[in-house]
Amino acid sequence: MSASKHYPNALNENASSSTDSHERADIPSVSRRIFLATVSATSLVLMGKSMVGGGAALANAGLADPEKFAPDFFVSIAPDGTVTCLAHRSEMGTGIRTSLPRVVADELEADWARVKIQQAIGDKRLGDQNTDGSNSIRFFFRRMRVAGATARTMLERAAAAKWGVPASECYAENHQIKHKSNGKSIGFGELVESARKLDVPKESELKLKPRAKWRFIGKDVPITDLNDIVTGKAIFGIDARMDNQLFAVIARPPVVGGKVKTLDASEAKKMVGVVDVVELPAFQGAPLFQQLGGVAVLANSTWAAWKGRDALKITWEDGENATYDSEVFTKQLKATAQKPGLVLRSVGNATEVISKSMNIVSADYSVPHLAHAPMETTCAVADVKTDATGKVTSCHVLAATQNPQAVQQAVGPALGMPQDDVLVNVTLLGSGFGRKSKPDYCVEAALLSRKMGRPVHVTWTREDDLNHDYYHAISAVHCEASMNDSGVPSAWLQRAVYPTIGSTFVAGASTPAPWEAEMGLTDLPYDIPNLSLEVGEAKAHVRIGWLRSVCHIQQNFAVCSFADELAHHAKRDPFEFLLELLGKDRKLDMVAAKLANRDAPMDEYPYDIARLKNVLRRAAEKADWKRTKAMPKGRGLGIACSRSFLGYTGHVIEVEVAKDGKLSIPKVWVSIDAGIIVSPDRVRAQIEGASIMATSQALFGKLSFKNGRAVESNFDSYVVAKMKDGPREINVDIVPSEAPPAGVGETGVASFAPALCNAIFAATGKRIRDLPLSGHDLSWA
Amino acid sequence: MPTIKVNGKSYELKDVPLDTPLLWFLRDHLGMTGTKYGCGVSECGACTVHLNGAAVQSCVTTLEEVGESEVTTIEGLSDDGSHPVQKAWKDLNVPQCGYCQVGQIMMAAAMLKSNGNPTDEQIETEMWNICRCGTYPRIRDAVKAAAKEMSR
Ligand code: FES
Ligand code: FES
Repeated sequence: MSASKHYPNALNENASSSTDSHERADIPSVSRRIFLATVSATSLVLMGKSMVGGGAALANAGLADPEKFAPDFFVSIAPDGTVTCLAHRSEMGTGIRTSLPRVVADELEADWARVKIQQAIGDKRLGDQNTDGSNSIRFFFRRMRVAGATARTMLERAAAAKWGVPASECYAENHQIKHKSNGKSIGFGELVESARKLDVPKESELKLKPRAKWRFIGKDVPITDLNDIVTGKAIFGIDARMDNQLFAVIARPPVVGGKVKTLDASEAKKMVGVVDVVELPAFQGAPLFQQLGGVAVLANSTWAAWKGRDALKITWEDGENATYDSEVFTKQLKATAQKPGLVLRSVGNATEVISKSMNIVSADYSVPHLAHAPMETTCAVADVKTDATGKVTSCHVLAATQNPQAVQQAVGPALGMPQDDVLVNVTLLGSGFGRKSKPDYCVEAALLSRKMGRPVHVTWTREDDLNHDYYHAISAVHCEASMNDSGVPSAWLQRAVYPTIGSTFVAGASTPAPWEAEMGLTDLPYDIPNLSLEVGEAKAHVRIGWLRSVCHIQQNFAVCSFADELAHHAKRDPFEFLLELLGKDRKLDMVAAKLANRDAPMDEYPYDIARLKNVLRRAAEKADWKRTKAMPKGRGLGIACSRSFLGYTGHVIEVEVAKDGKLSIPKVWVSIDAGIIVSPDRVRAQIEGASIMATSQALFGKLSFKNGRAVESNFDSYVVAKMKDGPREINVDIVPSEAPPAGVGETGVASFAPALCNAIFAATGKRIRDLPLSGHDLSWA
Repeated sequence: MPTIKVNGKSYELKDVPLDTPLLWFLRDHLGMTGTKYGCGVSECGACTVHLNGAAVQSCVTTLEEVGESEVTTIEGLSDDGSHPVQKAWKDLNVPQCGYCQVGQIMMAAAMLKSNGNPTDEQIETEMWNICRCGTYPRIRDAVKAAAKEMSR
């Protein structure tokens, strides 16, 4: 793979020369300048399998370096003592590129100043690389500790052999191995040569550091990319460059499943800078991560390609989704939600109890389609090489991707090459929120590169991003409860109807899957004797995908709003009422409820009602909840709690609603219990960010469709929260915990929107059941 | 041949249509990828640069409109991240993914040049850049910290 081979060299050269060459006044010609912006000056190290000698393709270049001690994929040590950690999860703003290496370095007893971070290629031997589902720390906390402890143990053994003492008398401390009593010490680097000859110990031989000795886990450090980010040197997918690359912008079918009917590219081809126009085939079957098809314009700059696309004359055949209208569809969803659905969890006999009750409360909630709208649109560059017969011989992709292995899995078959041979390097991601785990854009770049015989960079415009997303499902949720004489529910029925993510993978799938329902519907924590938790059928007319917090968005909006409605119906304090609903401290019986618990072991990750109540109480306490009663009209507190992605959050939100309906959010309190925390400041940042994202969704989030086409196409119509819209103050309370690490990134979203709407009700008496808020008049007199 | 001044250097505009937005010229022709694309319609602020010291959105500013004006991009704000705004951004660990931050920093730097002591309300109005990661609370604090530093 020659493309990858020259990469690290190109990096080094450009690191010193690129800035200088820009600054010459006698610019030779603009076309030559195009390709100077390489992936230089960033700490992202690119490496390819081809760098690895000896036949075996390895994910860690350090392993191939005969000078280095590399006992594990994730860590290597050079003779000068430099420790290199492999970051195999993608950095999209969580700080994971720093946090996981911190765990390795802690267990290794490394000096953080001497730790370098390398970004891994896609390689299944590294384990799961799908940076998604708030899984990174949970999946790899222990694995990183083992990597660090393996290296440390071997260094201790190497020192022991050198000194002729038992290894048990040697210990690591701050980049050195020391002897317990004789005062000797030796640097990591000096032990590299002898340590690399030792057998790698089994996991059972390792002694992990006790918690009291942790030096980095739970302590803050600036993220590794901080300086590159604030100086503009950080390289994202849109910045990725390969020598001799073309820039592509693509006109995709405006309706999912549509295809090109007629194409007149004559004007486009005449535009300055346009090199070629290429038609891409429509996809077959379920969307999967296939590219959408359409017409690509290839040019010598993004803008030239964009202008070229504007000049295309295309008529489309829209296909079977041509009449999709999301407003009409919402009505259908609501109607479906009134009818008995597929019961996924049942306790007692809710339907019967409700039918006999004289005191029934019911409510219907809806949330529109939402778009991910990552700040950086989806972008990738690919270099595909073919032999004389046209057979693909290599493919190198450089992309802002949450999942480099998914890129391999999608690009390999699209090119007819073994997926493991697809070389994928990962840039920084200008946020992702789930969009960038779906590599359709990488397939586009690869197909175009094959066709053009040179690297092709594909940029999605914001319009492309909003018009061709894997959208968050549009939804309706029906809730019904019967109240007993003491004002608590005797039965609770909840029915959620939305197109399933499964439809993206299996054509025609139309029932929400149990794993989707488990995000806020079937995992209902309330202690109620009769439950019926159901889903209803809905056909997908667009590509449905997972967006940060996924089905919690609609299901927790309903469940946490409805609890508040019941509290007011019973004339109870919502906080006290919620505590009573949650019931006694106990672990939810996951087996009886048929919950998969995100495949996490039930003993390590029980659904612990005590922890849920704890975050709720803490948030209420920090917010001084009892103020709620004395608040004047126009001011209110709202409360909600949830367990999502195995983490627990309690939210209290304070709102001010002016008489004219203008809403502001002066303060938010969030308590989060996500078990052991590696980087507290990044957790705080995630919760702050989750609050802003949830504000966007609640206030403005709506992507509508008419005639199968997305209506909103840029931030002027698909509005997201700006500084003036967001909470003025977000107080994050991290619950100290010894529990194993749980999710954070998505966890902060789930109970925000309902807490906000509950606060609006407290302030104005107006109950919001259909998001977004922008569709409602909040004025009061 | 027309020229353009970026970060104190002049560049000849050869084979570049003058209706090209400054953003794409900087990124694709000069290879200065620090300036980011987010919307192309002056809604997000990711592409903010300085034109004669004032913040403009390079996605809607053509080369023709730039004319003789001095363009400053993030690459020209400081060599090493030592501008007070950049320092404040680092001190408060503002960035999450970082993608919007160059535009945020350029916006803040321009604002503080003309208004050394902005009120909360002014910060909210002037800092209209979108951050999808939601770093707004820290941006607000960092702007204030930078203002303090710059007035010393
Ligand atoms: S890209 Fe210029 S304002 Fe958004
Ligand atoms: S830090 Fe990610 S968009 Fe602002």
